Amino acid sequence: MGRVFKYGDDVNTDVLFPGKYTYSVSDPEEMAKHALEDLDPEFIKKVRKGDIIVAGKNFGCGSSREQAVLALKYAGVSAIIAVSFARIYYRNCINSGLPAIVHAEAVDALQSGDECTVSVDEGVMRTHRGEFTFPPFPPEVRAILEAGGLIPYLKAKLAS
Amino acid sequence: MGKTLSENLFSQRAGRDVSAGEIVTLQPDFYLSHDNSAAILKKLPAMGASGLRFPDRAVIVLDHTVPAPTSADAANHKAIREFVDAQGIERFYDIGRGVCHQVLAEEGFARPGVLIVGADSHTTMAGALGAFACGIGRTEMAGVWATGELWLKCPETIRVELSGKLPPHSFAKDLALSIIGDIRADGALYQAVEYCGSGAASLSIADRMVLCNLSAEMGAKNAYFPPDERTVEFLGATSEDFTALHSDDDATFVRRLGYDLGSIQPVVAAPHTVDNVKPVSEVAGTRIHQALIGTCTNGRIEDLRVAAKVLAGRKIAPNVRLLIVPASARVYRQALSESIVEVLLDAGAVWLNPGCGPCLGAHEGVLAPGEVCISTANRNFRGRMGTPEAQIYLASPATVAASALAGEIASPEGYF
Repeated sequence: MGRVFKYGDDVNTDVLFPGKYTYSVSDPEEMAKHALEDLDPEFIKKVRKGDIIVAGKNFGCGSSREQAVLALKYAGVSAIIAVSFARIYYRNCINSGLPAIVHAEAVDALQSGDECTVSVDEGVMRTHRGEFTFPPFPPEVRAILEAGGLIPYLKAKLAS
Repeated sequence: MGKTLSENLFSQRAGRDVSAGEIVTLQPDFYLSHDNSAAILKKLPAMGASGLRFPDRAVIVLDHTVPAPTSADAANHKAIREFVDAQGIERFYDIGRGVCHQVLAEEGFARPGVLIVGADSHTTMAGALGAFACGIGRTEMAGVWATGELWLKCPETIRVELSGKLPPHSFAKDLALSIIGDIRADGALYQAVEYCGSGAASLSIADRMVLCNLSAEMGAKNAYFPPDERTVEFLGATSEDFTALHSDDDATFVRRLGYDLGSIQPVVAAPHTVDNVKPVSEVAGTRIHQALIGTCTNGRIEDLRVAAKVLAGRKIAPNVRLLIVPASARVYRQALSESIVEVLLDAGAVWLNPGCGPCLGAHEGVLAPGEVCISTANRNFRGRMGTPEAQIYLASPATVAASALAGEIASPEGYF
């Protein structure tokens, strides 16, 4: 169960994680402190483990910097639901072990503060506004998500 | 049912019938990385990998900060050179060879039917020669190095049918920016963009590179021109030398667009987004401080010839800096042999070494707060050239050259 933080269209990687920290901040806790800093300074004060980002189209557009995903993950975000994702950002989410779900109808219905449970296994999001199903992730993607990201996934794979 | 080029390529490699939307694990033919190879190689130990599974598939080109502007950049380059030696990576191109996307084309890696992934968003450019080429993140590149494979979703395809011929004063850059202005920065999100039709056949390989490069600014996964005689000629090959893939006649396209090249007029992408596209006439008269011609987007010999045509026998305006960044050493050498270097020097231009430098605000021509630059590069995001308080307009080499002469944004019409 997580609470929803809802944002608009075209949330870019610079507001997700400002470029000025790209080379100077690498500690996870420190990285989390700057998540969404230039869009919603209140976010990092309010976010708790398990919370969910809901956003409009083209979420994560701009740079390929992975910190734009990791900052949210380290801040506790457990899933991102958007109308659409910029594609390198989408891949970075999966490879960081953070479920990225494309669902325009759920985005439309969900509001900031709503409580929502996302079950990747069942392919369903449950809220007091109703249930929203989504197709299961393909096996290739699911295996990476279940391992917690590409690095642990490949570490296990290469070791075997 | 027929298949698009992407569906045909994915099906062939997966050994089964693959349609758009399906995810398959594939082995790319080539992996492109640049100065970020230093960050990529540092991720290998966490994966339990000590090196590349297929060192002969890596193409590493140092281009982003060359020659190194800081000691930290120099240390990165050093780490890459040591890694390249230790791994026995033969396809390594040190500083001065050119921008990675141009090198990929000149060295024959970008060719019909190959699958290329690159740790750079403009990897899409290789599609100008019929390759399937897309950008990926750094961790993902480390994974490709370690395993030789990655998961890819087969994209849906937008077909852009081109007809007619560009007017003399309009260029591929004007066409690409016009399309971005129409479909916006997310207009091709996840999708492939296929350029075809009689108008596509009339475009040079250099023109095609501009369109495939800038397709990344539409959000595209990959972009391509189906191979034709021009492709074969550029590669100095025969069509038997590679397996050309095409879209079937009855393939399904998610969207179809049509452009009459004859109607394309000079445009700019105004600050601070690539889809903020306006006719040059609308912004003409805007005072500029710097003009930049070159980069992977527009730094080929064809672009420099256009610049020379505008600038020959003339002087740029006082208080304007004109920077020239050839896309590669080969382009630079050709410009020398055609006396273009001299012509542009006489006009007041500064020649920089081949590389990315000013385009990403790394060095070699960053801007001061309050300054305006007109550039042939591919991004005009706030802060892109060193300070958020500068303004960047994107345009064709002809418009940039004409503007450098005028000291303000100007149409190139009178020069052609």
